[in-house]
Amino acid sequence: MMSETATPSTGERRAAEAGPRGPRVRSDCWVGLTPQESGGIALEVSSTVESSYGRSIRAACEEGARALGIDHARIEVEDGGALPFVLMARLEAAARRALPDLAGRWVPERTEAAPTPACRERRRRSRLYLPGNQPKYMTNAGLHGPDAVILDLEDSVAPEAKDAARILVRNALRQVDFRGAERTVRINPGSLGLADIDEVAGENVHMVLIPKVESAEDVLEVDERLRARTEETVYLMPIIESARGVLQAPRIAAASERVAALTIGLEDYTADLGVPRTEQGDESRWARSMIVHAARGAGVAAIDSVFSDVSDMDGLRRAVGEAKSMGFEGSGCIHPRQIRVVHEAFDPTPAEVERACRIVRAFRGASERGLGVVSLGSKMIDPPVVERALQTLAQAVESGLLAADWEESED
Amino acid sequence: MAPTETAAAGELVENAAGRLVPRRINERASVPFCGVGAHLPQGNKVGPPIRRASDYPVLGDKRVGSLREALERCGLRDGMTIGTHHHFRNGDLVANAVFEEAAAMGCRDLRWFPSASFPCHEPQIAHLQSGVIHHIEGSMNGPLGDHCSRGKMRGMGVLRSHGGRWQAIQDGEVHVDVAVIAAPAADCFGNATGDRGPSACGLLGFALADSLYADHVIVVTDHLVPFPCLPWQIQGNNVDFVVEVDKVGEPEKIVSGTTRVTSSPDRLLIAEYCARFVRDTGILREGFSFQAGAGGTALAFGIFLKEMMQEAGVTAGFVRGGSNEYLVSMLEEGLTPVILDGQTFDLEGVRSMRENAGHQNTSPFTSYNFHGKGNFASMVDVVILGATEVDVGFNANVVTHTDGRLLHGIGGWQNCLFAGCTILAVPALRNRIPVVLDEVTTLCGPGELVDVIATERGLCINPARTDLVEAARGSSVPILDIAELKREVDAICGGPPDRARTSERVVAAIQWVDGTTIDCVRAVEG
Repeated sequence: MMSETATPSTGERRAAEAGPRGPRVRSDCWVGLTPQESGGIALEVSSTVESSYGRSIRAACEEGARALGIDHARIEVEDGGALPFVLMARLEAAARRALPDLAGRWVPERTEAAPTPACRERRRRSRLYLPGNQPKYMTNAGLHGPDAVILDLEDSVAPEAKDAARILVRNALRQVDFRGAERTVRINPGSLGLADIDEVAGENVHMVLIPKVESAEDVLEVDERLRARTEETVYLMPIIESARGVLQAPRIAAASERVAALTIGLEDYTADLGVPRTEQGDESRWARSMIVHAARGAGVAAIDSVFSDVSDMDGLRRAVGEAKSMGFEGSGCIHPRQIRVVHEAFDPTPAEVERACRIVRAFRGASERGLGVVSLGSKMIDPPVVERALQTLAQAVESGLLAADWEESED
Repeated sequence: MAPTETAAAGELVENAAGRLVPRRINERASVPFCGVGAHLPQGNKVGPPIRRASDYPVLGDKRVGSLREALERCGLRDGMTIGTHHHFRNGDLVANAVFEEAAAMGCRDLRWFPSASFPCHEPQIAHLQSGVIHHIEGSMNGPLGDHCSRGKMRGMGVLRSHGGRWQAIQDGEVHVDVAVIAAPAADCFGNATGDRGPSACGLLGFALADSLYADHVIVVTDHLVPFPCLPWQIQGNNVDFVVEVDKVGEPEKIVSGTTRVTSSPDRLLIAEYCARFVRDTGILREGFSFQAGAGGTALAFGIFLKEMMQEAGVTAGFVRGGSNEYLVSMLEEGLTPVILDGQTFDLEGVRSMRENAGHQNTSPFTSYNFHGKGNFASMVDVVILGATEVDVGFNANVVTHTDGRLLHGIGGWQNCLFAGCTILAVPALRNRIPVVLDEVTTLCGPGELVDVIATERGLCINPARTDLVEAARGSSVPILDIAELKREVDAICGGPPDRARTSERVVAAIQWVDGTTIDCVRAVEG
């Protein structure tokens, strides 16, 4: 019989669970939560790291229930070595599924020593995709030195796990040290994406990747939601994945001053065209060139799609070399081993650096002597050539290929 | 007999590493570890019993009808010690067959003395439970280690390095009554080799000591060749009986998790850091030598190192293996003139052993043995090994996990610590368990012999190696203090792990390379 003095929370309640389950789960955990009328918190924990962290897991669950405002519940945990931020995310996800009206959140402390601000102009040679619901790839992602990490809430997350992934990504943004990589989140398209923003805005997200963009309005909707949710400056990278989007690319690139880069998703784009994606990529050359032009026209970076065969490093090198020659500044990576190849391909070659040095020296020498016309050997050097040489040298210095004081240290 | 029979390890005594170790191991007095290089045994080595060639067939045919018959004619009886060997790694079929026969003969309380055991030997647990096997002295990998660490084995497990197994045989600590050697090819006289035949697995080096010192030696083969079996790795003059069976092993299973290159990006990063460290510190130079042990990270190190050798235009003086396809490619491409092979890790290694003159068979005697007049392992410039745990004093564990369970053997690991530069390549955390602790759960290698801990978060150099600290200045590899690494990883894991919950009962002793006891393993609770 129900007690007259029922618990004050009046909302819906049901048994719920979150996280993967089974003997093969590693670095993650499953949490089942059944709200109860009374009896306090009843814990059932099993863990592959029981002897090392069983105590810690139990203490965390008690703390989590308190933080979330849950007084009475049965909480089951099957743990495969989840880090604390993961356990917290799974417990919160189970709790929010069990109690849809739950107002409490259990947010881990920020561990970033000094938050790095978003920056519009920065190198974006590589961006490493991290599936948003798979914590094991997150912890060490920054160690591989990508220019950016993408915590992905879209294609790598199953529809029924979107809510849990959001919480996990939020916690990762607070706890994982990405070692100076640009911190980016790929949200879902449409209303799901707006809900994604509500969860992660304010967590020092440097950039949001917006998938399946077909119009400037798609960008503005996200931009407005972000501005409403946080005072942090969050840059945008629209991903164009359809013929319609390609044709709208110039407007998309110029939709907001916060658009900092533009990219294309070739799997969806070729599907939209109804053609297979080939390694040579003839079917998408025009679209990719369009992206480059739209991006340059709006003063933003043009970023290429991903190369999806992780075992084919030569193919990757070729593809990235071609992307560079088309005007792209970066490429997506689906595996950390791709990062170095991508960086090497986008970095200036030693010959390019040497030539750039000679051009800049010739230019500076001519300027000092008051000469209007600069020449190197038999070739005249135009101002845009000097400009490009300076860019090349800046890149080379940033990548450690050239000493910053190269002019003094060499002759 | 009750499982507590030999729990009477007697009193424990603190050894030179500060570890409490048993004074007696399986009714035998044991010397506590007294420091690296401090134990100086004297006297003579043991010898096998005198035999008379006139007792053996004049025409040299030592074949008998079955393994059972051979064991009976060796006089196998209760309490004896049987030696087997792991050149088939997880594909061995002979050790299980031997104990099946022993059980059928009604033998009890045998001591199994394998050079290593693998998950394929799980059936031996039934013999431990039924009393056929009293206890195991040898590396215990996987299920057998788990069985032992739950306190279910009657006797105390004794773990020795590959060199330590040879030492224990030579100084009489272990007397092998019957050695059974699985041979991919053999003749009727007992000459045997592992490099050919349908079950070719490479080197039989782990069986060499047993063939020289055991009272009785049985060669079991599935490929009998006309006399003489050439080349022979096991000499027939040491062999009592030859037995033909359908199959001695599954060579495709010598390739296991620990002999395959890793695909984990983090482990590849560790391997790359190690290779860059070796290059940047100048260890990589013309004529240098290296050894990469088993384990995917160590194998990947070899691949990165090969690229760097090519870039630098440098060739090695020799490499020690664990031979595998990568070392073979270095040999065949002229990057090293010699592979000194201690065990064969894949079928390319087997092929190379047959075909390449520079592919030299070795054994724990040449490379690891404390009672030898020197050994190869200390002549190696750099070795890459794994570990389950390390501590802030650079001490390392290679046999137990942080939860206290015994799951791995020592292998050649302790012996290799004597290389010019010992690098332990380990992930900084594995499923929330940090690799760097205040104190290792089980001490297998003293910190004074560990020079570098290499993780995906950077490398820690033993401060005692001021030369390496100096040489690494200017390297692009991230170098950090080990206490700093520990702080960083503990923060990620939510604090350091609790210590393993174990009972007082000692279930296994860990021997140092000289035969002293460096630590012991206690039964895990639950």
